[in-house]
Amino acid sequence: MDALLELLSHHARTSLEDLARELNSTPAAVEQRIQELEADGSIRGYQAILDPQKTQSDLVTSIIEVKIAPERGGGFDRLAQRIAKFDQVESCYLMSGGYDLLVIVEGASLQEISQFIAEKLSTIKGILSTATHFRLKSYKEKGTLLIQDPRANRLPVAP
Amino acid sequence: MSQQEKIARHVAGIGRSGIRDFFEIVQSMEDVISLGIGEPDFDTPWHIREAAIYSLEQGRTGYSSNLGTPELRQAIADYVAKHYGVSYEGRTEVLVTVGVSEAIDLALRALLNPGDEVLYHEPCYVSYNPSVALAHGVPVSIPTHSEDEFRLTATELAKKITPKSKVLMLNFPCNPTGATQTEEELRQLAALCVEHDLVVITDEIYSELVYSGSRHVSIAALPGMRERTIFLHGFSKAFAMTGFRIGYACAPVELIEAMMKIHQYGILCAPVTAQDAALEALQNGARDVRHMRREYEMRRNFIVRSLNEMGLECFRPQGAFYVFPDIRSTGLASPEFSLRLLRAKNVAVVPGTAFGPSGAGFIRCSYATGLPEIKEAMGRLAEFVVETAGARQRERVSA
Repeated sequence: MDALLELLSHHARTSLEDLARELNSTPAAVEQRIQELEADGSIRGYQAILDPQKTQSDLVTSIIEVKIAPERGGGFDRLAQRIAKFDQVESCYLMSGGYDLLVIVEGASLQEISQFIAEKLSTIKGILSTATHFRLKSYKEKGTLLIQDPRANRLPVAP
Repeated sequence: MSQQEKIARHVAGIGRSGIRDFFEIVQSMEDVISLGIGEPDFDTPWHIREAAIYSLEQGRTGYSSNLGTPELRQAIADYVAKHYGVSYEGRTEVLVTVGVSEAIDLALRALLNPGDEVLYHEPCYVSYNPSVALAHGVPVSIPTHSEDEFRLTATELAKKITPKSKVLMLNFPCNPTGATQTEEELRQLAALCVEHDLVVITDEIYSELVYSGSRHVSIAALPGMRERTIFLHGFSKAFAMTGFRIGYACAPVELIEAMMKIHQYGILCAPVTAQDAALEALQNGARDVRHMRREYEMRRNFIVRSLNEMGLECFRPQGAFYVFPDIRSTGLASPEFSLRLLRAKNVAVVPGTAFGPSGAGFIRCSYATGLPEIKEAMGRLAEFVVETAGARQRERVSA
């Protein structure tokens, strides 16, 4: 991966000035490159990584395995895109193995999610079955450990 | 006999490490940002720690062969052949040690007769001079200079060679300067070593950490050098495994055999848990090394530019995780600079003089510390430089 993309994917809030220092470049050049990456769609957005235990978020997250019937001409794409467009759907992936789509859905309550599945998801023509799992606890989010071991202290000065 | 008189003369003659005094002051203070640490800030990658746990679970808690576990020695031989282009026989030409520090001690004790001279470039790692003295050798330092980016030139080496010279110690990439040598420069050194029949102890502990796409070359790989070189390396820096204490030596069988004799009676073998972890590092750690190298490189870029902007000149080192800026423009000597900076701004750097007299006028800043801390430290250092200049100005005016 591009060094700039790597830096941004870990710390999207790093200032242009600091990025330039790390990349041995200038703030103006870095800014221009970021604009290019945004314009060509390489960078789709910037998000904070939250710890649901800390933010006391009441949101419920479910992971749904969906089996669908592929269509002639379009395969899985048309149905997958249709599902992905729902605001409730946080992520949607085509999978190999025992089911076809992995859909991550966020909702205010178990009820809201089951309603979404029963009324929206399952009723779409071509959906064969769903299996829903609810998240109980988060240990790691996007490469960030949410439960940190106490850090061992290094000696303050070492040869 | 007083307590002092009980101490052997060659031990009594060794000075306290300059780093140790400084360490004690730093330790007595709170909220210090330390750029004085010569070990990675990364935790050992989890799969390596997990391999150590697994090893314990399997009950691998006995001794290994004095030389090290056969699996690890073979993996080391393969790794050295692949990355450094030198072939060693895993069974007989590799010795696993307790860190490179032990390997240096073994090599010197195996090679030196009392009075033999050992050449080494300076500023250098703190143990070189005392280790030579402890092995009854005579340390002969060769000062290197900021104008040469602290490289060791053949001209400077030639000036110090005498009929008593037996060993040349090399450490590139270098702690504390970050200096590296090109292949051509190494060839010139190698030619002198062959001409004067010197044995080379090459400490390549930082050799995975070279930047800007530059390629590390080991002197052991140059023609005529394998038979006169003890190649030392370990896991501490590249794999962030300092506390595991695993290093190794690769050399012709007679030299390894001699080193093994000392190791066998002094240490017996390196800890097996740590050896098993080291094997995992060689087998599956390449990705971790790439990741850490990339991170170090960006920190280096950051710190080099910041230092130069505040008027503390330093070249862009191509290796290790140290920069060695020139602080003479502040009018302060290295220890004074470090102490005042620590007291005024709670930032710890190591005075260049801790690495030998030729480090005078310089400080060592380690970038094995997270970027947020580095940023904060650079801000405080810049303030310190400005305030020091202001104070000098006032002194001059009032004088």
